[in-house]
Amino acid sequence: MKPPRFEYAAPTTVAEAVLLLQEHESEAKILAGGQSLMPLLNMRLTRPGLLIDLGKVAELKYIRESDGGLAIGAMTTKRTVEDSAMVKSRYPLLHAATLLIGHAQIRNRGTVGGSLAHADPAAEYPALAVAVDAQLRAVGPKGERTMAAAEFYVSYLTTALEPTEILTEVRVPALAKDTGWSCAEVARRHGDFAMTGAVVTVQLGSDGRCAQSRIVLFGVGPTPLRAQAAEQVVIGQTPSEQLWAQAGQRVSEVIEEPLSDVHASAEYRRYLAQVLTRRALAEAAARARGAA
Amino acid sequence: MTAPRPIRLTVNGVSYEAAVEPRTTLVDFLRQDLGLTGTHVGCEQGACGACTILLNGQAVRSCLMLAVQADGAEVMTVEGLGGRDGALHPLQQAFMEEHGLQCGFCTPGFLMSAYELLQQHPQPSDDEIKEALGGNLCRCTGYMAIMKSVRVAATKLRAASPAAAGTVEK
Ligand SMILES: Cc1cc2nc3c(=O)[nH]c(=O)nc-3n(C[C@H](O)[C@H](O)[C@H](O)COP(=O)(O)OP(=O)(O)OC[C@H]3O[C@@H](n4cnc5c(N)ncnc54)[C@H](O)[C@@H]3O)c2cc1C
Ligand code: FES
Ligand code: FES
Repeated sequence: MKPPRFEYAAPTTVAEAVLLLQEHESEAKILAGGQSLMPLLNMRLTRPGLLIDLGKVAELKYIRESDGGLAIGAMTTKRTVEDSAMVKSRYPLLHAATLLIGHAQIRNRGTVGGSLAHADPAAEYPALAVAVDAQLRAVGPKGERTMAAAEFYVSYLTTALEPTEILTEVRVPALAKDTGWSCAEVARRHGDFAMTGAVVTVQLGSDGRCAQSRIVLFGVGPTPLRAQAAEQVVIGQTPSEQLWAQAGQRVSEVIEEPLSDVHASAEYRRYLAQVLTRRALAEAAARARGAA
Repeated sequence: MTAPRPIRLTVNGVSYEAAVEPRTTLVDFLRQDLGLTGTHVGCEQGACGACTILLNGQAVRSCLMLAVQADGAEVMTVEGLGGRDGALHPLQQAFMEEHGLQCGFCTPGFLMSAYELLQQHPQPSDDEIKEALGGNLCRCTGYMAIMKSVRVAATKLRAASPAAAGTVEK
């Protein structure tokens, strides 16, 4: 099908874009890479009166070092992230997660801010943001504010952004020393949205035990799901296959009601969450040992 | 109707100025306004890859872009692959010789995705070919002949321009 009619604006600064949003609040929508919005328009699942295209807002396209971590402008494409030597060497977890998003042709247009703001429950970036305590910066009529990823994701396709706010930047802090990571998922076909996935970090202490761990699942609920109960199974313990299996078991118990749709049933997603947690923990711990 | 907006872009090296309704997708603009029907439209939701074109050298879905977003861009479609005299590009020739197509519906998209790949990796591994073409669907061939066509095209292109064969990959 074809998109319904709408007006179109292509501001060149964030300030201009915010003004437009403010003027047309109820009927305006931001257009970033269009890789989620265009299908919705083509299928007429959304009918905005005005599209505000951020494509020409150059100030939102950058990857910079920030306190040892990275600061990434919302309009940076996934392709730019994937090709960035700085991301590859400084943030291999972000690089690996990026490669799991769609296909090359989607990553050439889709943006970092678009994925974070769209808040698809099966998307990799929101889960990664929650796992590493990323900070999300938004600019609106009242100025700017910064939110922790954990409070940014409210529900299915719903974030804490006000309708007049624009997501401008994500800051991903560096992983602590001796921390290993894994981004694992199962999709029907490489490049498809994951049925279920896990972003996991494990920090090993000098005594060889797990000092810290984060376990965040995606594709199992309306928002990224941090499985703190499973993290508690791991923290303070000595790494072993058995420990990873116990944590996986715990994850399958704490998931309340996994999504159930044509792609996978709730039970299957629960099972995948268990298996992926186990595998991701093992991989993250192995990386932590390598890093130690 | 929302007012048409003026755009300027280059398609296959030819400059165009046009006025387009904001909701016109790039693929519809190429096919209906410019008459370049080589780019096919399948799903209109980014899943099939039939509409793949190059935008400033990168393979993208032209069904997931508005024509107004291509303002100032350089577009290349399947019509831009061969010579003006009708000569086939080595990729097209390889697809023909190796049976890389049957009905041909998906072919323009595969050619453009493969073109971007070979620009960056003149000597791609099978995994790299699979990664680059994974976003294109074909209902006919079963993909093996397409894989072979791309391998053969890579060899043809390297023979035609030996300098490219030594290109250091990123
Ligand atoms: C075939 C296919 C496969 C895909 N597979 C995956 C996958 O495996 N994993 C995955 O994560 N994604 C996948 N995607 C989605 C893709 O990653 C999108 O790029 C992403 O979800 C949205 O980013 P975008 O820049 O295209 O945003 P758009 O589509 O332009 O916008 C998406 C939504 O976010 C809002 N928005 C965008 N930017 C901002 C901003 N800066 N501030 C406020 N609001 C904003 C828009 O208003 C809109 O509601 C796939 C898409 C396709 C077509
Ligand atoms: S028509 Fe564009 S991806 Fe199918
Ligand atoms: S040749 Fe028919 S769809 Fe590919």
